[in-house]
Amino acid sequence: MALNITAKNPEQAGSARDADLIAKVQSGQHESFYELVRPYERRVYAAALAILRNEQDAEDAAQEAMLKAFANIRKFRAEARFSTWLIQITVNEALMRRRRERTVVMEGIDDHHSGAGEAESDYAPRDFADWREIPSEALERKEVRQRLAEALATLDEKYRQVFVLRDMEHLNIQETAEALGITVASVKTRLLRARLMLRDLLAAGWEQGWFSRLPFEKGTKPW
Amino acid sequence: MVESVRSCEEVWREISNYVDGEVDAARRWEMDEHFKVCKRCASVLAGTRNVVTLYGDERMLDVPAGFSRRLEKRLAWNASGREPRWSSWSAWLMPAAAVVLIAAGVLLMNSLTFRNFIQSRHAQPGNNVPADLVVVVSDGSKVFHVPGCPFIHDKASERTMTAKEATRDGYVPCTRCLRQYLKTGLIGQPRVGDADSADVDAEDEGVEVLSKAGH
Repeated sequence: MALNITAKNPEQAGSARDADLIAKVQSGQHESFYELVRPYERRVYAAALAILRNEQDAEDAAQEAMLKAFANIRKFRAEARFSTWLIQITVNEALMRRRRERTVVMEGIDDHHSGAGEAESDYAPRDFADWREIPSEALERKEVRQRLAEALATLDEKYRQVFVLRDMEHLNIQETAEALGITVASVKTRLLRARLMLRDLLAAGWEQGWFSRLPFEKGTKPW
Repeated sequence: MVESVRSCEEVWREISNYVDGEVDAARRWEMDEHFKVCKRCASVLAGTRNVVTLYGDERMLDVPAGFSRRLEKRLAWNASGREPRWSSWSAWLMPAAAVVLIAAGVLLMNSLTFRNFIQSRHAQPGNNVPADLVVVVSDGSKVFHVPGCPFIHDKASERTMTAKEATRDGYVPCTRCLRQYLKTGLIGQPRVGDADSADVDAEDEGVEVLSKAGH
């Protein structure tokens, strides 16, 4: 898969900060590379984890992707955002590793009823709880983040990959399609399905009180 | 004319595009109207928005403890030139280099340890013995001799043949009676004192070195 990404909009090129650091690294100031990639290390790791589903493998792939980005930094032409370029290198690295070390993958939530002839967009919501907005403060709690990560891990990989790149890495539809080597239409249908499946899983969590138990206020006791 | 939303299923199929702002204005208005009257679809919309909001939060991108430190260390190591740039090769190049070094070490040790065995007089080939020289072989030994050699085993079973035939049949020349041919057939350089020691051996055993003229 090619490393080059052709962005539709030149304004999407990296920020001034990135551009400055990229110029430094390209001119030989190699020590500036970590400063350049540091803001994106979480996203790089998450992209690798979404594909490999193993923390150690994901870390190895993330490091290798960073090294490949460093080795190829002279080829970066600012036609895309630096972060997008970095994520695509990571996706390539992770997919290559997964092909090389293919292991038995846990069956996801969708595996049981995704027959060959079933259209990807046929998923229908199952839970119609009376939702209200879940405050993002809920994410302060490690338990909530853990629950969300577990729900994500149950998705079949083709849905999980699209969801992570689109909704967690914030690539656009076109960039997601290019990174995974699939069509824009496939990205849209897989994204829809991933969102609806996660919504059902979160609905179950909502009913089980994942998000309702507030952390104890400082100075108060639970008894 | 705006096409109306016919069913909840139709809304669900578009709900992801709706959240992403990728439906046209007319379709958006139509779906907004549907959400006002359909609690099920309103629930699907609220839940989908929660999913996008929660998972899109930076805090969901967690890394293992020490990840940043290990990454920085590896990048610094690489930038310093201590790690090969072709790092994808390093996974197999280093073990391969180790195997080559070990193999070279074993070969070197073998060549030093077994050099004397290779040069043993008893293992020297009879390549320099004249092919048509008449030699004697006997049962119970794989050595061929010049006729009359005192070291022939089981003289009763002596047979004559040419040196070429004896060599072909797996016999090796006697280091006593055919020594003069073996002197020039040494593998590698003769060891210091080799000739002297051979002479001493022969004298000690009371054997007259048989010459070409004699046999």
